[in-house]
Amino acid sequence: MNEPDLVQLLTPTGERLDHPDYSPRVAHLDPEALRGLYRDMVLARRFDTEATALQRQGELGLFPPALGQEAAQVGSGRALAPQDYAFPSYREHGVAHTRGVDLVDVLRQFRGIDHGGWDPRAHNFHLYTLVIGSHTLHATGYAMGVQRDGAVGTGDPARDTAVIAYFGDGATSQGDTNEAFVFAAVNNAPLVLFCQNNQWAISESTDKQSRVPIVERGKGFGVPSVRVDGNDVLACYAVTSEALERARSGNGPTFIEAYTYRMGAHTTSDDPTRYRSAAEEEAWRRRDPIDRLRLHLEATGELGQDFLDELAAAGDALGVRLRAEVKAMQAPATSTMFEHVYAGAHSVVEAERAWFEEYEASFTDAPASTAGATR
Amino acid sequence: MSTATTTAAAGTSTGSHAAPATGPSTSTVQRLTLAKAINVGLRASLEQDPKVMLMGEDIGQLGGVFRVTDGLQKDFGPDRVVDTPLAESGIVGTAIGLALRGYRPVCEIQFDGFIFPAFDQITTQLAKMHYRSRGRLSLPVVIRVPYGGGIGAVEHHSESPEVLFAHTAGLRVVSPATPADAFTMIQEAIASPDPVLFFEPKGRYWDKGDVDLSHAYGTSDAAGLDHARIARPGTDLTLVAYGPTVATALRAADAAAADGTSIEVVDLRTISPLDTDTVAESVRRTGRCVVVHEAPVLYGTGAEVAARISEACFFHLEAPVLRVGGFHSPYPVARLEHEYLPSLDRVLDAVDRALAV
Repeated sequence: MNEPDLVQLLTPTGERLDHPDYSPRVAHLDPEALRGLYRDMVLARRFDTEATALQRQGELGLFPPALGQEAAQVGSGRALAPQDYAFPSYREHGVAHTRGVDLVDVLRQFRGIDHGGWDPRAHNFHLYTLVIGSHTLHATGYAMGVQRDGAVGTGDPARDTAVIAYFGDGATSQGDTNEAFVFAAVNNAPLVLFCQNNQWAISESTDKQSRVPIVERGKGFGVPSVRVDGNDVLACYAVTSEALERARSGNGPTFIEAYTYRMGAHTTSDDPTRYRSAAEEEAWRRRDPIDRLRLHLEATGELGQDFLDELAAAGDALGVRLRAEVKAMQAPATSTMFEHVYAGAHSVVEAERAWFEEYEASFTDAPASTAGATR
Repeated sequence: MSTATTTAAAGTSTGSHAAPATGPSTSTVQRLTLAKAINVGLRASLEQDPKVMLMGEDIGQLGGVFRVTDGLQKDFGPDRVVDTPLAESGIVGTAIGLALRGYRPVCEIQFDGFIFPAFDQITTQLAKMHYRSRGRLSLPVVIRVPYGGGIGAVEHHSESPEVLFAHTAGLRVVSPATPADAFTMIQEAIASPDPVLFFEPKGRYWDKGDVDLSHAYGTSDAAGLDHARIARPGTDLTLVAYGPTVATALRAADAAAADGTSIEVVDLRTISPLDTDTVAESVRRTGRCVVVHEAPVLYGTGAEVAARISEACFFHLEAPVLRVGGFHSPYPVARLEHEYLPSLDRVLDAVDRALAV
């Protein structure tokens, strides 16, 4: 089978490549902007390391690391405009960071104190969705709403809006994802369908999801499709920029397959040694997204020691803050399980809540029901 | 909400609804089929709120296979009355996204048996978004479902899956029995800040009734979505029904009256929340209760009503609460559906059994 073209602007050894379509889309990224992308990726990886350690220490119930996927997430996330809206799966910690979500809040779900953790509207970054592929339809519908609001094709860069949905290789088998392609295509919705093909859906390799390269799936839906080196932050930025611009200008959806690798486990409960080889992991380690940008910036002399010192300090500060704030996260009051079930009044919920509060109060040594339990 | 408030509100609402048809008294009253009443209610909502939109299969140019949306695409355009691809999960999933963007989508699922491809979106996504976002996101999405049997249809076209949704926290589940309720309740469902499963008794689509068009959403005459109504007052037994079986229950009450038995008919109107207070208040007066629905009785609405009435009215009950409904078998072939459905005779049989205790 012929492998499809792979858009690459930065080789694993840090050399810049020229691409007629995509190089112009990163031409404006000056050394400071490149260092910014490097910084985002390093902090995203530090977050991964810290969160994994917190899970091992029993402070988190579970954590899904994004290790190895930093370029796909930071490159695409930094291509978004403020008014664009992102619908993540559950591993998009790097995208969350680019949308201004406090990474501490990402851990509220994995601490077991919240099903969400942040205000989606404050960041135009939806909550994580754990049912695989479901949110691709939410993104499509949101994009259909953007169309109805007249927020595409006006030419006003502050008004025209794109929507991006993040999902994985496994999600391409889901009916909902395929329906999202159908609805996005027939509506010409301003949507970017961004698949991080990290080669593994827990233990199932991509060949258990598709007989053709995943990028080729888009053609049948009539959606322009591109495969990009997902470990190349510049290429990811470039192809996402192009797709977002197509969406915002009213020219419809784009499918991006970011070809990458999940260097870590699916989650902290997973054991990748049961299904993949150390040699495979090693081969991908040599294509590391952070290393290649570092090599490039070193070669061009744009990675000053001051920057590296500041970044190391920022990483340490993030680690200190994550550890302190996660450990300080308290379980919510038990009564909160009855809150927000409905937006309006619901007599059954209210009756059950009243009963439960009375029941709790019947224990003479019980704390007041509004007090937070300490795990 | 206190018990007293609920009961009072339900009591107030029963006045106009329970009144026997007296013929048009004002120019705002029209005699409409149930299907047309929903159509007029949808039109009113589309006119009132530019964010309201309809989505579904064949609802545009065709006007829906039951013509419930007849003429609406012509008047409101294809962006507000959308013929969608044939994918129920896609319809509900994109409706969620539209609601996140500030729209109020009303989805039509063509037939009850076709809702299951959307079951995941409805139960894992639509129902939970308000809760999981701690109230930051709400999804005012209505899902209209023509349901129930009696029309001689093929497989998957006659089912009553309402309790699958009532069992899911975060969803409201309602079913109108009359054109008057259909007209107001569809508007109330659209105005609700919560997702509403709106089950339309398709076997009653062509039943006519007086609809007071001034009883639109937002008027003081609208009963509200959360209350049952007493469709017919009585003293000897409470017959609880909703949707398509309310008419059957009223016929049973007529038949029983000829034998000197006074039956009170409660139209639940809402399955979630369940208005236990109105039913309990009735049963405390009558001492007997029979629940009728087309859905299978096993784990059904009748089971929930029986459990709650046993708890709330134990010392008022003269007989066990009985249920009449579908059997624990798949919906049968059309030529057998009249034996499967709760017929007038089966309802009267249950009434006799309850009175014999």
